[in-house]
Amino acid sequence: MNRFRILALLSLSVLLSGCNAVVLDPSGDVAGQQRDLLVASTLLMLLVIVPVIALTVLFAWHYRQSNTDARYEPDWDHSIHLELVIWAAPLLIIVCLGALTWMGTHLLDPYRPLDRTAEGRPVPDDSKPLEVDVVALDWKWLFIYPEYGIATVNELAAPVDRPISFRITSSSVMNSFYIPALAGQIYAMPGMETKLHAIINKAGTYEGFSANYSGSGFSGMRFAFHGLSNDDFAKWTEEVKATGGALGRTDYLALERPSENEPVRKYASVQADLYKAIVNMCVEPGKMCISDMAAIDAKGGLGMAGVNNVLPLTYDKYARRGSVLGPEQTYVAAICDTGEQASAPTNMTPVIEKTPLRPSSTPSETPSTTPVAERPS
Amino acid sequence: MASKAASAVMTDDVVFYLADEHDHAEGRSTMLGFWLYLMSDCLIFAVLFATYGVLGSNYAAGPSPRDLFDLPLVALNTTMLLLSSITYGFAMLTMVKGRVGQTQIWLAITGLFGLSFLSIELYEFAHLIHEGATPQRSAFLSSFFTLVGTHGLHVTFGIIWLVTLMVQVGRYGLIAANQRRLMCLSMFWHFLDVIWIGVFTFVYLMGMLR
Amino acid sequence: MPADLDLQKLIFGRLTIESLPLHEPILVATFAVVALGGVAVLGALTYFRLWGYLWKEWFTSVDHKRIGVMYMVLGIVMLLRGFSDAIMMRLQQAVAFNGSEGYLPAHHYDQIFTAHGVIMIFFVAMPLVTGLMNFVVPLQIGARDVSFPFLNNFSFWMTVSGAVLVMTSLFVGEFARTGWLAYPPLSNIGYSPDVGVDYYIWALQIAGIGTLLSGVNLIATIVKMRAPGMTLMKMPIFTWTALCTNVLIVAAFPVLTAVLVLLSLDRYIGTNFFTNDFGGSPMMYVNLIWIWGHPEVYILILPAFGIFSEVTSTFSGKKLFGYSSMVYATVVITILSYLVWLHHFFTMGSGASVNSFFGITTMIISIPTGAKIFNWLFTMYRGRIRFELPMMWTVAFMITFVIGGMTGVLLAVPPADFVLHNSLFLVAHFHNVIIGGVLFGLFAGISFWFPKAFGFKLDPFWGKLSFWFWVSGFYFAFMPLYVLGLMGVTRRLRVFNDPSLQIWFVIAAFGAFLILLGIACFLIQIAVSVMRREQLRDTTGDPWNGRTLEWATSSPPPAYNFAFTPVVHDNDAWWDMKERGYKRPLDGFRPIHMPSNTGTGIILAGISVVFGFAMIWYIWWLAALSFITLLTVAIGHTFNYKRDFHIPVEEVVRKEGERTRLLAAEA
Repeated sequence: MNRFRILALLSLSVLLSGCNAVVLDPSGDVAGQQRDLLVASTLLMLLVIVPVIALTVLFAWHYRQSNTDARYEPDWDHSIHLELVIWAAPLLIIVCLGALTWMGTHLLDPYRPLDRTAEGRPVPDDSKPLEVDVVALDWKWLFIYPEYGIATVNELAAPVDRPISFRITSSSVMNSFYIPALAGQIYAMPGMETKLHAIINKAGTYEGFSANYSGSGFSGMRFAFHGLSNDDFAKWTEEVKATGGALGRTDYLALERPSENEPVRKYASVQADLYKAIVNMCVEPGKMCISDMAAIDAKGGLGMAGVNNVLPLTYDKYARRGSVLGPEQTYVAAICDTGEQASAPTNMTPVIEKTPLRPSSTPSETPSTTPVAERPS
Repeated sequence: MASKAASAVMTDDVVFYLADEHDHAEGRSTMLGFWLYLMSDCLIFAVLFATYGVLGSNYAAGPSPRDLFDLPLVALNTTMLLLSSITYGFAMLTMVKGRVGQTQIWLAITGLFGLSFLSIELYEFAHLIHEGATPQRSAFLSSFFTLVGTHGLHVTFGIIWLVTLMVQVGRYGLIAANQRRLMCLSMFWHFLDVIWIGVFTFVYLMGMLR
Repeated sequence: MPADLDLQKLIFGRLTIESLPLHEPILVATFAVVALGGVAVLGALTYFRLWGYLWKEWFTSVDHKRIGVMYMVLGIVMLLRGFSDAIMMRLQQAVAFNGSEGYLPAHHYDQIFTAHGVIMIFFVAMPLVTGLMNFVVPLQIGARDVSFPFLNNFSFWMTVSGAVLVMTSLFVGEFARTGWLAYPPLSNIGYSPDVGVDYYIWALQIAGIGTLLSGVNLIATIVKMRAPGMTLMKMPIFTWTALCTNVLIVAAFPVLTAVLVLLSLDRYIGTNFFTNDFGGSPMMYVNLIWIWGHPEVYILILPAFGIFSEVTSTFSGKKLFGYSSMVYATVVITILSYLVWLHHFFTMGSGASVNSFFGITTMIISIPTGAKIFNWLFTMYRGRIRFELPMMWTVAFMITFVIGGMTGVLLAVPPADFVLHNSLFLVAHFHNVIIGGVLFGLFAGISFWFPKAFGFKLDPFWGKLSFWFWVSGFYFAFMPLYVLGLMGVTRRLRVFNDPSLQIWFVIAAFGAFLILLGIACFLIQIAVSVMRREQLRDTTGDPWNGRTLEWATSSPPPAYNFAFTPVVHDNDAWWDMKERGYKRPLDGFRPIHMPSNTGTGIILAGISVVFGFAMIWYIWWLAALSFITLLTVAIGHTFNYKRDFHIPVEEVVRKEGERTRLLAAEA
């Protein structure tokens, strides 16, 4: 029966080569290197796994009770040499694997810009990576191309052999941005930005999706990723520009509402700095950007003056807010409408709650935190 | 091993069971068991401290420790708790001597110190919430209220336990079982003291220095 | 009208008639079956007048053996529920192709995969592991009970309470739709406003108290109550693994408790620990829950390692090879299990150095684990192996587990994890180690110790049938998932659009069906064994020619386990006694001091269910009332100082005399 199982495994691997195992046969250089590491580690471990399985079968068969020819030494329970070997063998393999892991992890760090487009082909000095800002929404993907000023929903395209630099975030809950043919995945998290550098080497259409469960519409969070030649990519951008509408903050807020199995959408223009506002959760008018909040916090907060400044910091828009025993939201809103100015001490300029209202406020600029610095300590 | 016949001779020298065994003292594992429980409780506090460490500076554009904490009040509070630990120590000393009345008095004093600690803490919380610095206002305040509040909750249960034990000592005297229980509560009470010193240092003192 | 509404809210919280899933035919049918089954069981118990017996001899029992058996029953009952979820998922994924939505809507499917994970880990694997430890450890160390017999009973019932709450969620309200670890922000009040996550929180919190206390109890037992002569390095290896597991429990479960408290504060009073707002950090939840979650994996697997060690050495008729290296390996795994949690989320974007650190520590764990596998191999080497059921499970484990171990190390290589994380490859990996490791171990343990618990062996025919169905079912169910993972298929999907995947899901569903047969055969095996118990009877107390102390006493052991406390000279204490011609004492018995039964544990646990239910449904008056009752009953219990009694010497003489007669008849 054990032999049968090994046979089954072998036939399984034969079957495997017949089906579309995209992880083992990707079309991007990064995913290719990840595959190589996967295969190398597997082979390295098979060095010990195969003998163990073979010995198990052999010993189980040879030392069965009915085989009275086999040696029987009921008190043999110790052998320094053997114990050295059984600790050393896994140790050696793990040393090799550890070295491989250390190098591979640093080399394939998703945050590290690419230095080659494929094996033996370094990235040319003058090439600029294609920048794509990725936003995971409930339950669809938004891709913004800052260089072209366009955006798409549930469709992504990139020219072949040009490095792509993804900046990834999410609008509400955790997702994971994953195109198996292109490169490994990375989480998309609200209020945070992760990065991924990748490259596609073969033209074609590939599948992308969310690899982290995010709620009822999760299964439909798929998109097509087109690897296009330079000309085709130029055509594609032109087509988006020709057919699409505009994506402003209001449009984004409408788009952001939970929906399932969304069709592809195209936007010919995107409001400047929309992505930055999304990462900082301040697309909605009246919200304080997270980066501004962090800058204020780094200087010690806003003191008691900030205590009622609550509504600008409540980011979860389409979720039911408030808990059963917590304060009522209406109460908070009322405070914000009227009480805010009154409660602020006169020697302070209550700039903060107005700042996010200015569309030009971006995280890269120095936020207007001057009052904080002046705050008496 | 040789044949059974040969080894049977050896049986005379080897004892395989205790023929003459006395009852095990009841509760001989209690101290160890309670200590293990305290360590697990300590881990809960470790998580709360870690949470405070991570979130403690996320004021969400609201007040920071320097705007909120009243160090003299907290110092007074700390004194209450430290004094209660000392008086509990006296209770244990008189317990060893077997003096029921004195033990009860020291336990009562301990309980009163504990109560005043709680009252001061509740006053502090009420004051903060009244000013708008509620647990909901920022991650810093959430972790602050939870860490300090969890300690306060422990003190509350400690006091309930203390009262229970006073009733039991009053009713049954300083019997072995009650002595063991007083020892456990003693460990619990001093443990809360140690935690509070951590709270005082990391939350209040370092908060004011930040 | 509003006044009526408020009154209703005051009395019932958010519980309304709509909370009952009357519109979901699957659930209504399930309820009908469960209700009929329940009525039948209750009726039978009443008809045969078993209530008094059960209450006096089992529910209120503080005997570690009976509590152990009750844990096993709980685990097996919950296995049926957890497995129904599994087979529903397999069916859904096998049919939801070519535009078909399958037969489960997202609302239902998402609850099922969450419940499957929660139930299998917390209410199947944990009770089975705890049950075996509870039953075996005191016997192996020559003790008469655990350190805190009442706490033991209480712990068991708290675990039952958690299970009751999870089962209630099936018919009243819903369970969480978040995945088994309930990551925020998804699990926070904003995105999961319904009762599901609250059921999750309270079920785990209440069961968690039980688990923690039973951990404390077993550590104290092992440290304080070993028979004279049993030094640490003479402890049976199962006891060693039990010790390490319980250390892990005590050091890991408080983290779970704390993190769930923080989540409930977020949900109930609106704090901002894991929210997107006001500086909260959902990433912290992920870190904290895995600081508990990774040791949890070892909590389950270490006792299984212990079982395999006992079984291999017993059925090879040989001392365990490399006892001390086995002990050191166990301890090293215990410590290292705290240094690897981040490997569950390499994809969160920590730096390369952090990722490689955690990747490499994970790989280091495979060194002691590998050493263990070799130790079992060399225990078999030059042995005389009897292929009884426990040994068959062990050999299946050794072959299956190394495959799971290999894929596990693969996932510990961060760049490889980037392509396999959250994929069906990962699902296949952890089922490979949990079924191939923990579950096979538990089955080995059940068939190994069953005769000790009940005095007759399990029927080997149905056992072997169950074994083959389970093992082949496992390979059919999970090897396709490895393949699907390599095809880039992620977990928790409800519908698929690539028809080429379907064949693999159909094979996996077939595997699940084989496992169903395996479970059925296991249940039949128990029934058949009970009916054929006279043929399968073991009168010696030592049916396998065992090596450790539990085989020195009768099967089932008397309430006091050992009439005289044994003295230990070797780590295979009973083998040593047999070798040296130990003679069982026939007179000189004394009365034996034992703890008395108490109903407080089950009462407290019952009130905890009410409290949890009230909190879940926001029925505040009931929550307050049940909490105060809980405190009062607990305090009331401390006023009971008479918790022990002596088994009279006549009783001991009678019991031991019976055994003497049985042994004489055998000879």
